[in-house]
Parts: sequence; structure tokens; C-alpha cells
Amino acid sequence: MNKKDIIICRCEDVTLEDVHNCLKDGYTTFEELKRILRVGMGPCQGQTCSILVQREIAKFLGKKIEDVKTHKTRPLITGVVLEDIAGNDND
Amino acid sequence: MIKADIVIIGAGISGLSTAYNLAKNGVKNIVVIDELFITSGSTGRCGAGVRQQWGTKLNCILAKKSIEFFMTANEVLGYKKDIEFKQEGYLILSTSKEEDEVFKKNVAVQNSIGIPSKLLSVEEALKVVPHLNPKAFTSASFCKTDGHVNPFLMSEAYYKAAKNLGVDFYFYEKVLEIKVNNNRIEEVITDKRVFETNKVVNAAGGFAKEIGDMVGVEIPVFSENHEILVTEPTTNIQGPMVMSFSKNIYCQQVPHGSFLIGRSNPDALPNHDISSSWQFLDEMAKTVCDILPKVGKLRVIRTWGGSYNNSPDHQPIISDIEGLPGFYIACGYSGHGFMFAPITGEILTQMILNKPLEDYTKELHINRFNNKEITDFEKSVV
Repeated sequence: MNKKDIIICRCEDVTLEDVHNCLKDGYTTFEELKRILRVGMGPCQGQTCSILVQREIAKFLGKKIEDVKTHKTRPLITGVVLEDIAGNDND
Repeated sequence: MIKADIVIIGAGISGLSTAYNLAKNGVKNIVVIDELFITSGSTGRCGAGVRQQWGTKLNCILAKKSIEFFMTANEVLGYKKDIEFKQEGYLILSTSKEEDEVFKKNVAVQNSIGIPSKLLSVEEALKVVPHLNPKAFTSASFCKTDGHVNPFLMSEAYYKAAKNLGVDFYFYEKVLEIKVNNNRIEEVITDKRVFETNKVVNAAGGFAKEIGDMVGVEIPVFSENHEILVTEPTTNIQGPMVMSFSKNIYCQQVPHGSFLIGRSNPDALPNHDISSSWQFLDEMAKTVCDILPKVGKLRVIRTWGGSYNNSPDHQPIISDIEGLPGFYIACGYSGHGFMFAPITGEILTQMILNKPLEDYTKELHINRFNNKEITDFEKSVV
């Protein structure tokens, strides 16, 4: 399958080709790739792409997958409507 | 041992802009060192806004010159992607008569140097951002040439241009010590190697004070955590950044479609904390729902924090140091280092190459704090 057609990050529509180009460009950690490609910045916050990106980095660097860091996790675990957080239900 | 004509500490936007400008002006053997990678500090955590509506003339000048650069940055830097400069304005809301008066004065200062800002009534502001709650503010100021730039891609544009001009980057390398002998810089020592150099630029952002301490220069800045959130992307519903100092909010829809919304924490302590708190989310959500009820319908997908490096007058310090030739600092931007980066690199380059500097740059000198009486203080900050 063409690398252009393999989606790595579904939220931000990032392909395997994008990831490989970025690795070749010298960005070799998840945090660097995230800032340039937006992998892991979408609504799922990397829950889908993190392991895929981790594997690609490991392959590119010739490292074991367990030696490659994934992304930094931050709140929230899932998307929450601002209004619900504010409790703005006119009560 | 690596010989360098100049070592820049920090690969955030200030360091990158300075590296590029120095290289463009013919300086060779430029080294940039970062503890992590480009934009790994405050630059990559900022709110991505670029504005010219300030209360002090100095900040207005710095902002205007920087906006002029952003307009042509893609071409000038030969960037093949796009820095995502969006010029749809900043709408700043006033919520009291006192604030109205301040905005009047601010707009006069801005107009005096050619910034096209103006005062708007509530009705006029609603034409600019129709989903504003008309009861949440009393008037506004608007500047149509303010806007947004993508901090990651702007940094990459500088980085690639600097690299093409021969600048050497050393990432994942921490500066441990700067060796000074007889008031002369001799070496920058990292956890990996030694750089022999007589010139150092301190562009360390949140850690600028610590770098100053290494050479015995006390820089009157401190870092504090400012939190921010991002929503899921949605259709294009808000052109300008909406901001209010009194309500403590800035809120912009970026070209990608998501909203970036932040505020300051009046109880933040001076330290390097960049964690996320539930209190921020709670307060932020309430303010959004008050001012921009429509935005309150969106889902928050992430919160994060970053360091503001605050100076005593909320204006940057871009300066050399009396008694320590070859040491230069660019810090204390008080939350606005990203939007002032283009002019920062230009001023520092002039300073380092001993070229004549424009008069206003004198006010950026660190010596201004020796005077106990600060004359101009930027109050227009979130």
C-alpha cells in the first residue's frame, strides 16, 4: 500500500509518508513530530497514533520500541463540553 | 572542544530569530544549544496570538515591527510550508468606565506610531464577533492587523533558514556552566562538551534567570505557570482573537479550527511549574460561557501550561551587560516573546555587531531597573 494512503493519525489526517518525511528531516521524538505534524493533538489525544508513531521512530532509529518514548499526556482523558464544566445550565 | 564565535542558549523563538539574523548578517560559527529541541519550552506552549494593541509605546513599536516581518516571513525565510499568519484582528473587551479610559489612551499611543486600532461600541463589536454576549462588556478596541501565527511552524521556518545559513544546532544538551575569566567569557560547558567562545546570548526563556546566575548577572525576572486549553476543531466561526484583561481571558480560533483559550492565575507562584490544574479549567469554562456562550458548546480536548518569564515592568529585556562584554540577554517578555521574536533577533544582531541602534531600544536595557522608579509599566496583559 502506498505510504500516502496509510493514515497514522486519524484525528489530524497525518499519513505514514508525512511521518517518514519528518523523521528524515531530523525530528526523531514523538514530542518533536507532534509539534510539526500535529500527530496526537486531535480529539483522541494520541490514543490511536501513539504506538504507531512510536513503532516508526523505533524502526527509523534502529531502537527497541520500549526504548522510544511516547507523547506526554495531559488532562483531559476525553473531550468535555466547556458549558458542562462551567455548570452553566441556568440552575 | 568546539570553537564558536557566538553561543546562543535556547532554541525557542528568540534564540532562533537571533541565530537567523546573525547568520544573515554574515556572522560565522554560530552555535545554538537547547536542553531539548526547538519550541520545547515556552514558545511551543504559547497562545499563538500576535498583537499590537499595547499600553506602552515601546511594546507597540516592537509589536508593529514584528507584525511587518510576519507578513513576509514565508518568502523572506524561504519556508516551503506556511507559518499560518492569520490577520483577522484582536478584539479587546472593556468592562468598566475605568477600562474604557485606559483603552482610549492605549489607542492614542498605538495610532501615534501607525497601528490601525480603534475604539468600538458594543454594537460595533458585535458586528466583528456576533456571538459575543453584549452584556459582558461595555466597549472594545479592535486592530484588524493583529492576529495569529503558528509558533511551531514559525520556529521551524527560522530554524531551517538558520541551518541553511550554516548555524550549528546542539539539541538534548544542557548548559551546566559558563566560564568567565577577568570579566571575559571563555567557555560554555554542557553535559556533553565544551564550547570555546567569547560571546553568549541568553535566550533561555523560562530559565533565563538561571543562565544569568551562571555568570553572576542578576536578571530581575521570574517564571510563572500560565495555563491554556484547546478545543476540538470546528467550522470557522470566529475571526479575531477575543481578549479581556479585566475578565482575564484570551480566546482565538486558529486556522486549524480549534480554539485556544487561556488566562493567568493571580495566585501563581514564581517557579518552573507547568502543570495543569482543575481550577484553571473550572474558572476558564465559566469565563468563556459568560463572554462567548457559543464557544462554550465546544469540547475541551487538552489543557497545558507554560512559563511566562515576567519582568518588573512587563516589557522585554533585550540588553548587553556593563562589565561583562559579550553577554547578551533576551528575556522577561512577560508572555509575549513569541510575537516580539522578529524584532528581538534584529535588535540583538545590531547590538552584537556594534551597529547603530534606534533610540527606542535604549528602553530595553537591563539598566532601566537600577532606577527604582519605573516610568512606564505595561498593564495590558492577561
